[in-house]
Amino acid sequence: MTFQLFVFYVLAAILVFAAGRVITVRNPVYAALFLVLAFFTSAGIWMLLEAEFLSITLVLVYVGAVMVLFLFVVMMLDLNIAPLREGFMQYLPVGILVGLIMVIEMIFLITQRYFKADNYPIPPPSDAGYSNTEALGLLLYSEYLYQFEIAAVILLVAIVAAIALTMRKRPETRYQKPAEQINVKKEDRLRVVSMNSEKD
Amino acid sequence: MGGALITAGRFIGPSNPNAEKNSPYECGFEAFEDARMKFDVRYYLVAILFIIFDLEIAFLVPWAVVLDSISPAAFGAMALFLFILVIGFIYEWKKGALEWE
Repeated sequence: MTFQLFVFYVLAAILVFAAGRVITVRNPVYAALFLVLAFFTSAGIWMLLEAEFLSITLVLVYVGAVMVLFLFVVMMLDLNIAPLREGFMQYLPVGILVGLIMVIEMIFLITQRYFKADNYPIPPPSDAGYSNTEALGLLLYSEYLYQFEIAAVILLVAIVAAIALTMRKRPETRYQKPAEQINVKKEDRLRVVSMNSEKD
Repeated sequence: MGGALITAGRFIGPSNPNAEKNSPYECGFEAFEDARMKFDVRYYLVAILFIIFDLEIAFLVPWAVVLDSISPAAFGAMALFLFILVIGFIYEWKKGALEWE
């Protein structure tokens, strides 16, 4: 067994364990943290595949940003452990159905001639000067320009949707208006009153 | 050194816990409320807007790396990409989504 294979098996074992714990652990915050571990180990596996850009992106975007979002959602939902388990039997049939459909789909895919793992030999290791970021950039900015622009539109839709769903104007909220602060004139704030001096 | 000190304290120091000692307290009082509470939805909005511009960086980095060897069309494509996202940025600015009290 080569060292690479050993590292792969260690990472894969941690990944499977963490993914299993995500759905078996009781506390939703712990589940989110196990998901962080799962993302991290899959980033390690990508690093083994010499895909260093994807690996770092996975850590930055998923571990850094998406998990913060997950934790916010977990905190916002105001979860209590006891009521969570109430409807379990009620949702069990639907859950089993969805799980079964996914298993069948996986079987279809894996048993297909084109998707068998044997069809894809281990790629030859690239030479030392190989840059995954460069290869990705060359492909993305030559052949996949149209898809790249679609990604921009999807991000725009995400911005608009997030604002439309969660934005609420609060009339009592106070905030600064720098433009008005700068444009203010002396007359707006100060009133000079001429008074006669008073004598006792 | 730190680990050794903590371990030594664990073994040498006296330890006789009871239920009162282990219970949570707030500045000497009994805890007033549960630690779990609802967060304002605005934190979520800021987080998701951050993720979107974070993803934009993931596109920008490979583009910057291969800038010397791509066509002018690819340069224009990135300009269009940024333009579309700037529209979103202007929208969120004008809508007041970035405003905090």
